[in-house]
Amino acid sequence: MLEINGLSASYGNVQVLWDVCLRVDEGEFVALVGANGAGKTTLLNAVSGVMKPGSGSVTFMGHRIDGSAPNAIVNLGLSHIPESRQVFTEMSVRENLEMGAYPSRAWKSRRETMKKVFGLFPRLEERAGQLARSLSGGEQQMLALGRGLMSLPKMCMIDEPSNGLAPLIVTEIFEILKSLHKEGITILLVEQNVRQTLAIADRAYVLENGHNALDGACCDLAESEHVRKAYLGH
Amino acid sequence: MKAIQMTRDKSVTLGLLIVAFLILALLPQFTSGYLVTLLIDILKFAVLTVAWVVFSGPTGYMSLATAAFYGLGFYIAAVFSGTVPFPLLIMLAGASAFVVALGVGALTLRLRGVYFAIFTFALVLLVQNVVLEVERVVTQTRGRFVETVSTEGVYYAILIVFFLTILAAMLIRRSRYGLALQSIGEYEEAAAHSGINVVWTKVLTFATSAVFMGMAGAIIATRRTYIDPYIAFNLNTSFLPVLMAMFGGMGNLVGPVLGAALFTYIGEILLTRFPDLYMLIFGVVLIVSILFMPNGVLGLAQGVWRKMRGGGHAPS
Repeated sequence: MLEINGLSASYGNVQVLWDVCLRVDEGEFVALVGANGAGKTTLLNAVSGVMKPGSGSVTFMGHRIDGSAPNAIVNLGLSHIPESRQVFTEMSVRENLEMGAYPSRAWKSRRETMKKVFGLFPRLEERAGQLARSLSGGEQQMLALGRGLMSLPKMCMIDEPSNGLAPLIVTEIFEILKSLHKEGITILLVEQNVRQTLAIADRAYVLENGHNALDGACCDLAESEHVRKAYLGH
Repeated sequence: MKAIQMTRDKSVTLGLLIVAFLILALLPQFTSGYLVTLLIDILKFAVLTVAWVVFSGPTGYMSLATAAFYGLGFYIAAVFSGTVPFPLLIMLAGASAFVVALGVGALTLRLRGVYFAIFTFALVLLVQNVVLEVERVVTQTRGRFVETVSTEGVYYAILIVFFLTILAAMLIRRSRYGLALQSIGEYEEAAAHSGINVVWTKVLTFATSAVFMGMAGAIIATRRTYIDPYIAFNLNTSFLPVLMAMFGGMGNLVGPVLGAALFTYIGEILLTRFPDLYMLIFGVVLIVSILFMPNGVLGLAQGVWRKMRGGGHAPS
């Protein structure tokens, strides 16, 4: 479904990604893990068109999308749920969700989609008329996820949903990711919370200093010496 | 239930607009020349302020290019004066402003914050000097003459353009396009992730707001018999709409219109009563109003209204 080949990217003179390859098949739950500054967010930004990659190719469902505009990529059905949530704080919860359905393809069915999103996140329905800034961190993360789903994506790239949340809420969010996957949405999850991530994903890639370090099935990675020492602390 | 409420709100607003239009349209039959002249001034600023708010209000991109598009309208009026009928002249000015704004917008709307404001400010000076040079070399004059139009003709023209501006602003605000503009103002990157074509949305709105500025310019130019680049591209035309919008409040469309009307009227009174102290008093009024009415006259009125009805503490 998504295929990244030999992708490099830089901010000015500083190269962040070196020849990165990654593949996600339809229906998979793939994780991308790595330390702070490994280039995970940059990789997502380069795929979703917010940043122009230097070289390499990105293909989504048979379309070359490297160099395309972000809105064109969302239109193809690839949704990027950005880091640190980025909800529209001065808009109501409902307006935030409506904004997620902006692509014409999704706009027509926005009412039904919103019902489904409210089914996943009952708390958003309770607060539909409230300004997003009055939500707690966990609720804002749910809103960001819900907004990403409103564009009727075939695949979601989710950047650090656990960032800054209490452990209980992180578990709740991860449960929601699992149920999204069960509903047939392909997921690429970026996380620093390696232990919990390896527990729910099928496969994972480890990114180190902008290079592919390891990849494989999550159960194998969790057993590997390198991952245990560097990321799991034992 | 809610849908019924909304359609009723819509028809009430539309009804009020039609009544206001009729009153304003019949006014010249009953009143003196002075009131009509004052209203032309008020309507002119209302057009500029509402047009400015259409783009800069939700997006937060502070444009100071108003004078550039307004002045362009002046020059379109001067160049085609006498050869083209008045309504066509106005449309021509709107179309030219749209095209120029598309180009300027595509170049500058990648800039953010203060850089955008400074660039649009410089744009006015740039256009002014280019026109000055072109006139010096090509026509070897400094100014041009404009054929005048009757006061009533000008009044009806600016009145119609004013209602077109309000209509356009309302349509944009109520569509998903308006929500998209607001989301761009809040979080441009997240807006892009939501599938909004951020650059195109900004450029198109910027150009749409310029249409009305250009039209206003072409209309008002006929009030003067002589124009030159200093008259046409006057930086006050860029700053005043910003101040009027702040003065009136930008929460909805009544604010900018109210701001333009009060601001123009207060200015007029001060100018006639205290011609020497005009600017001084005006400055003080402005500072006081920005300090004590952060949401404009309208925000203040809404606050008072809420207090009068009691409660006041619990905003629902």
